[in-house]
This record gives sequence, C-alpha cells and structure tokens, in this order.
Amino acid sequence: MADLKGYKGKSLDFLNENDIGIGDSVKIIADLAYTGILMPRYETSEDSHIVLKLKSGYNIGIELEEIEKIEKISSSEKTVVKENTKQTNPDLPKVLLLSTGGTIASTVDYRTGAVTPALTASDLNDAVPEIANIANVDAQVLFSEYSENLQPEHWIETAKKLKDLVDSDYKGIVIAHGTDTMHYSSAFLSFALSGFPIPVVLVGSQRSSDRPSSDAAVNLLAAIRFVVKIKTKGVFIVMHHNDTDDTVACHLGTRVRKNHTSKRSAFETIGNNPAFVINNDKIMNNLEKEFFTKKEFEPKLKIDTKVALVKYHPGYDPKQIENLIESGYKAIIFEGTGLGHVGKTMYNSIKKANESGLFLGMTSQCIDGRVRMTVYESGRDLMDLGIIPLNDIIPEVALVKTMWALGISENIDDVKKLMLENIASEFTE
Amino acid sequence: MSEFDIEKIGLKVGLEIHQQLDTHKKLFCNCKPVENTEFTGKFTRKLRAAKSELGKIDPAALFESSKSKTMVYYENQNSCCLVEKDDEPPHDLETKAKETALLISSALDSKIFSEIHVMRKTVIDGSNTSGFQRTMLVAQGGSIVVDEKQVGVQSICLEEDAAKLIKDEDGHRFFSLDRLGVPLVEIALEPVTGSPAFVRKIALSLGRLLRVTKKVARGIGTIRQDVNVSIDGGGVVEIKGVQQLEQLEKIIEYEAKRQYGLKLISKKINSLIKENIDGDNDIFEISNLLEQCNSEIIKQSLQNKNVIKAIRVKNLAGVFGFEPFPGIRLGKEIGQLVRFFGIGGIFHSDELPNYGIESKEIQYVRKNLELEKDDAFLIITGKEPAIDHAINSIIKRIKDAKNGPIAETRAATPKNETVFLRPRPGASRMYPETDIPTIKISDNELENAKLMIPKSWDESISQIQNKYKINEQLSEQIFDSEYFDLFEKICGSKKSSPSFVASVLCSTITNLQRNSFDASLLKDNEILDTFDLLNDNKISKESIEIIFKQIMSGDAVSVSEAIQNASIKSLTEEELNKILDVIIQDHLDEIKRDGMHSIRSLMGLAMKQVRGQASGNLVNNLLSEKIKKL
Ligand SMILES: [Zn+2]
Repeated sequence: MADLKGYKGKSLDFLNENDIGIGDSVKIIADLAYTGILMPRYETSEDSHIVLKLKSGYNIGIELEEIEKIEKISSSEKTVVKENTKQTNPDLPKVLLLSTGGTIASTVDYRTGAVTPALTASDLNDAVPEIANIANVDAQVLFSEYSENLQPEHWIETAKKLKDLVDSDYKGIVIAHGTDTMHYSSAFLSFALSGFPIPVVLVGSQRSSDRPSSDAAVNLLAAIRFVVKIKTKGVFIVMHHNDTDDTVACHLGTRVRKNHTSKRSAFETIGNNPAFVINNDKIMNNLEKEFFTKKEFEPKLKIDTKVALVKYHPGYDPKQIENLIESGYKAIIFEGTGLGHVGKTMYNSIKKANESGLFLGMTSQCIDGRVRMTVYESGRDLMDLGIIPLNDIIPEVALVKTMWALGISENIDDVKKLMLENIASEFTE
Repeated sequence: MSEFDIEKIGLKVGLEIHQQLDTHKKLFCNCKPVENTEFTGKFTRKLRAAKSELGKIDPAALFESSKSKTMVYYENQNSCCLVEKDDEPPHDLETKAKETALLISSALDSKIFSEIHVMRKTVIDGSNTSGFQRTMLVAQGGSIVVDEKQVGVQSICLEEDAAKLIKDEDGHRFFSLDRLGVPLVEIALEPVTGSPAFVRKIALSLGRLLRVTKKVARGIGTIRQDVNVSIDGGGVVEIKGVQQLEQLEKIIEYEAKRQYGLKLISKKINSLIKENIDGDNDIFEISNLLEQCNSEIIKQSLQNKNVIKAIRVKNLAGVFGFEPFPGIRLGKEIGQLVRFFGIGGIFHSDELPNYGIESKEIQYVRKNLELEKDDAFLIITGKEPAIDHAINSIIKRIKDAKNGPIAETRAATPKNETVFLRPRPGASRMYPETDIPTIKISDNELENAKLMIPKSWDESISQIQNKYKINEQLSEQIFDSEYFDLFEKICGSKKSSPSFVASVLCSTITNLQRNSFDASLLKDNEILDTFDLLNDNKISKESIEIIFKQIMSGDAVSVSEAIQNASIKSLTEEELNKILDVIIQDHLDEIKRDGMHSIRSLMGLAMKQVRGQASGNLVNNLLSEKIKKL
C-alpha cells in the first residue's frame, strides 16, 4: 500500500482506490485541470480534501467531491541523497556535537503541520559548512525530542554520555537542545558534572533551521567557536544576544532563563551581564570566578524527582501543600512574593510539611534579586516554620538542584547543607 | 544591422499585477500599513539558503546566498512589531484582506479553492526579514475582456509586500520595514500574443477592475506590474518593477529586441561550433602576467590583492562583441551578470586592446592560454570566492547562449531597458508556512464575495459623472489617478467645485511632475490643507500651483512654509480696490478710446500685480464695474 501520511477516512479511501501515493505526479480533472505532486496532509485536518503541489510550488487543497478524474502520471522519485564526504583538517581541534532535538534541527511535520525535530546533527553539520574551518565536529544524535518532552531521565542519559567522554580528546561539547526547557537541562548538567574538565555548551534556535533567517547557524557557530577558544570549565547556554545577528551571548548554565516566548534574544542572564559575549572571532569575557567551586570532577548523576515547585498567589489553597505531603513529596521549593513571603493561611500546612520531614526552600517570583526573610515579621515566622531562604537562586534551578541533592542523600540535614552550598555558580556572590 | 519586426518573432507577453489592498492592518500582524521615513531602531541579519519541502535548494536562492550580503533593517514602532522583525510567529490572516482577495477573484470569474495553504516563497535578497514571502494561491482560471478579446487569468495570490530597499552598497543592503507585510494581491494573466500597446490596455483594464472595488490602496507605489516576455524558441524572462503604464510598452519593445538579438547571437555561435561548450579546463590564474599592465582597473585590483583569472573560450572569437542591435551583445550580458557578485572588472577579447590593456599583454595571455586565432578569452578580476562563483556563472551563461534567450529574472531600468537580476526561481522556492494552519473558505464567504462584485467601470464612471457633475473624460482621469480618495474627501465638504478639484489633482500636479517636480513630496494632508485655505478665502486659486511647486521642489515642507516662501497672502477688497483704482487712473485715455474692450489689457496689468493674492474672477468683476461707472 502506498504511503499516505496524514490522510484518513474518505480521502484515504479515495487515494487507495486510485492507487496514488504521496510524491506521485498526478493529473486531476475537476472544474479546472491540475497537474502536480500529491503532498502529505496534516493529521489534524478533515478528510474531504487532498493536497496537491502545483508546478509553481504552491500547495492547494482540492475537494474530493469536485474531482471527476484522477490519473497517475508517474510514481514518486526516490531522491538519492548524496553522502557528503566530510573533509577533516588534522590541525583543527575536535568538538562533539550532540543533538537532542528542538528547532535547531527541524523539518516540517505532517502529523501536526508544525516543525518537528527531525534532522540529524550531521545534517546540521552539512547545512553550516563554515564549521569545517573552525573545528572537526563529530555529530551524534542522542534523542530527537521537543524540549518540552525532555524529562529528568533524558538529563541523566545526557550526563552519562558526557561522563564517559571525560578522557576524550574533544576540546568541548556542544549540545543542540530545544529552547523551552534548555535551562533545566543546563542546571542539571551543572550540578551532576561538577568539575567536568572541558566546556559544555547548550545551544538552540528560536527560529527553526528550515527558514533562511534561522538563528540556528549563528548560534551554533558561536557555540563551536566558544568551546574551541575558551578553556573555562563549565556548563553554558549560547544564544542570540540581541536583535542583531553579530553578537551571541554565553550564559552560565545555572543563571539563565528564557524570558521571551519568541524573540531571538529570549535568553537572559539573571541579575548580571552574560558570562561571555561572542562577536564572530572576538570573545569578551565578563566572568569573575570559576564556574565550578570544586576543581575535581565529581560526577553525581542520581536524582529524585519528588520535588514540587509551588508558586504562591493570593487565594492559594493550603490544602494543596497537604496533598503534596500525602503524595510522598520530599521537598517543596516556594516561589514566594517579594523578598520571599507566603500568606498566613499557609502557616499550618507549612508546619505540617516541616514536621513530615520535607525540605522547604524559598525563592522569589520576582526572578531577579535575593530573598531576605529577616526583614519582615512574616519572613521570620516562615523561617521559624522551617523554610530555608535560598538567596538569589532562580526558582527552576532550585527545583533541579533539590532533585539532584535528594539523589545524593535523603537526610534532610545533608540536603539543607547541599542546597546552601554554591556548587556551580547558582548563587551570585 | 539585423532586421527586426516585432510582429514576426512570436512575441508573447504575460502580465502580473501586484496591488496593495486597503486594510487597517497588515496581512499577518496588527501593525498599520503606513509609510515611515523616520526610524526608531535598526538591526542586522544574515540569510542563508534553506532546503525546500522536496529537499532541494532553489537556484535563485542559492545565487543570492552566494553573494552573502549583510542586511541592515530600519524599523519604526508605528509600522513594525516583532512579526516584521521575524521575532514572533505570524498572527491570524487579516480577514479584510482575505475578503478582498475573494472579491477580486469572483470579479475575474476565477475558481476559488475551498482550502488555501499559506506558503513561504524563498526570497533571500533581504527584502523579507524571514528570508521568505508569505503567499497563498487563492484562485485559478477566469478571464478579463479587453477589446472584445478574452485574456485568461492564470492565478490570483494573496501575499505580503516586501521591505523597501533604501540602499545597497559594499556588501550591505539597507531596508525599511514599514512596507513589509502589507497585504498584496498578485494577479498573473495568461501570456498573450499581440502588440505592446494591447498589453498596456490589458494592464489599464485590470487596474480599473481593481479600482472599482474601492478596496485597493491608492497612491504612488501601490500598484506594480511585472511582465513575462518570451519569443519563439526562448525561455520566459520575468521583468520586475515596471512602475508606470507609460513605461510598459517601451520595456516590452526593448526586451523583445534583446531576446531576438540573443537568438541571432546563438545562431552565430552554432555556425562556429557544433559540439557543446565544456569549459572545465579553461580557467587560468593570470595575476602575474599582468603585473606591468597600465590598465587602471588591473592596477587597482592587484593593489587590493585581488586575483586575476582568464577564461578560454574556444572558437568563439567575435561572438562577445557581436552586436545584432545597438547595445545588445553577449559581452554586455556577462558584464551585468558578474556585477551581481560585486565584480566590476571584466574584459573580453573582442574589445581588447582597450582600457589600458595593450597588445603586448594580450599576446602574453593568448600564449599562456594556448589560444588559436579563432579562440576568444575573458579576463576577470575580483576576490575569492566571489570570483569563482562569477566564473561558474559566466561559463554557464556562455553555454546557455548557444540555445538563445534564457529564462531569467530581470529588472526594468529608468531608461526603459532591462538588466539581469537573478536566475528564475523554480518550484523548490516554495515551502509550507508551518506557523499558520490551512485556511478554509466557506460557501458563505464565496456567496458574499459574489454579492460584493462591484459595478463595471462604465457604471462607476457614470456614477462619478452624476455625483460630481463633471464630464466623462475628467471622471475617468480622476478615477484612474492616485488621488481619487483625496478627491472624494475634498469634494465631500461641498465647498469646492469638483471639476476644479479634479483638474488640480489630475492636471496641475501632473504638469509639475512632467517639469521634474517630485510628486512624492506632496502629501495628502498638504493638499487637503491647501484646499481648506482656498475655501476660507485665505488664498486664491492661482496660489495652489505656487504652493505645490514649493513643496514638490523640496523648498518648503509644509503649506504654511510654502505660503511664507512665496509671500502669498490674500488682499482685502479694500487693498485690491486701491490697486485697481491706480491702474484705471493711469489708463484713462485707453479706457475712453476702447470702452469695455480695454478690460483685457487692464486685466493683464492687474493680474501681474496681484497674482496669487486675489482671484482673477474677482479682479475681472471689480474692473468691469469700475469701468462702467466711469
Ligand atoms: Zn507588525
């Protein structure tokens, strides 16, 4: 049976009856005559039309009811993809490019009609030939997922992959990653691979690589330049700095956040300048201290995901905290108001959580700035109830760090100690 | 010189009209379609060719990409949001624009698709920040009747207008973003045989059909026509940017002659060689051969560390300089081609010695390239890799020349000629716009479009005649002109005489334009202000032209400044009486001799003094009263 991606019901029957598959050249007689190539259909579409690509390149939908006759002119050509013989220059440093998916490597998806991660990392290598002048890039596909589908087990798998490369001759590792959850992944890698000897850079694009204006190439080139030129250990995110294509920012993997839904410059370092600014061959360094506090590589890849991130708001039902305790949660990170507060209505539940042995940490929904719980009475009350203020850590980073800390020890005192220790520049000092 | 008869070369011309629609929003965002000349920000971008849905890269895109220019975009918050900056996905399709596209399709009896797919048409010359133009095929088929002949409609598309090119220099292109995303309807007609004059008539008829909808934008630059021109045995050449209908005929004539000239050149090539041109082993680096050369271009090129290369072309001596018609040579075609790679230095053997390249150097080159007497060569200088891209396209151009005129995209020039722009794009330039779901056209919408089909041109004209009591010719003139909306606005106040307003808008401004005054400097609100002043008797009718002249020459930027500059003021009746009394006293003898007949010469004298400060009518009335009273 012919491949008929996206077609169903009436249109699927119609095409099967006429023995026509996607990619076939067909002639259709309706009230006008059309010749073109049958295209796949978005799965969510209804079943009364078929999609034809005309010679001009336009796609149109033709209603089945109007078709008097359909005729196959020729079957789909299987285009033979020419393997690019990659030339390597032994004088250039080696870099590993791991692909996890996301718009940096994407193509049309006829299931949803939207772009989907489908290109391999090696396609990307072919698409940006300038890379060959900077480094010898080995490309490997780790997974092919939208970043919203990446889960803590994907973090661990990525970290394992990197851990095994600790003695490799790569100058650095670049990870192509969807942008939506990139800063969760970078935070986990920062804690799990403390002291990793070569730079690790996560890179993505806000405009998919199937469009000429994509920021994929600019960001990827900057990421590779960065790991080749800079010897600093650490986990970083490399993305557009502003509207313009020349400058790319390199953020600390624990101090960065996606602050815009669509702009190229969506990623921002919270409360500081980006660690580096990359302008073609020039790299400006704003970094004041080592990324990792400890020099030695100490991989700790275990994780416990029984941590909740609770955003307090007026009207928050304290019952939800009790539900968390009952569901076996081991820690709650609060996104409190202002300097780190929650309303009085919460006190009883918080007290219960403390008594049940949960770790309770406070961050601020202001995103920028530190929590200071000693300024107001309510803050002091909360500290008495066992809430630990977590300085200026970004709420999402606090969540990831708690999962990681619980992976090391279930002992609440150990967790408290780890949570207040600066492991990978997650606190600004 | 060769014979040329435009009727006998199998000329076919297809028209493509791009008409901006009159909407309050752009096609895919909420920005207003307004013109801006001041900017609040700028940013730069690079574009690179991406693969199409079918996995191919479009040749035109690849060509543009190989030039690797940096784009600089200027934005104004009034007309630009994140969508224009390609920093946000497109919003929903503007409903009004869709309705108008359906209406125009119905008026042309074109078959509307019930499911429309928005496509991305790759355009990486920078005129779209995204690297593509969003476009959708709305309808196919249908026709328009011109001179009792049916001219078929090929396709009707709804699309986004492109950004405006401000300047292009040194590897940078500068654009303003105000026009980007303005809704545009593109109507492509079937190619017709017939005279260029007939084609012009078709363009006029189609333009009128659009104007009667009253849903299309009016004003300078809101309608543009491209023409596709071909002759027997040649590829179709698409010519972009024909601004005015007057230009259309001349451009078609030039292009037909150019293509026929290329056909004659191909005959010459075929008489010289039988086999296909190969060109693979014909490229030589000759920088060191020309170290002593006196040519300024070569000297400068060596100074700038450019490379100089030569291309050997076997058996084609005389072909590059062969000129079947004045200014039509293969050498010129190649010169235009390489300019697009930023390369200005190219010479062919038929034009040498010249430009400071002497016989001695030509001997070196011929010897180095092992040329026979009948062989030709080209010398080209430039930087790598641009020069290699250029050489590849030269060799391809020479190969193609053997087959006559080739399909390509050209641009109209102000001299009514055409110049190479880029290769013709193919189907691979289209990619589905994944950010926008398929658009359904309901039966209801189709019904509505049919109901809204506007009156015919003749009906519209007679309606204008009746409404404003002006003659047919003036009605047509004003309805065709860019100022029709303004005309209705000015006449709406019922203070001005419609025929006077129409003649100012049609003749006065056009006459000034013919005398090289710039109509684009004269904005609608300035014209409105001027008529307001006239209605309040603050200025005379005669002052209007003086004010427009001031503004259209750039001497004044507002009506009040123009009035100040030209020291226009209105005389009070008292002041006017004084002046006229003096004139009468000075010419009493004449008046006594000629009676009422003397009024003609007195009028002349009076108007010399008061032109622009009092109306001729008033002066005439006062004078005749005064003479009668004597
Ligand atoms: Zn906008």
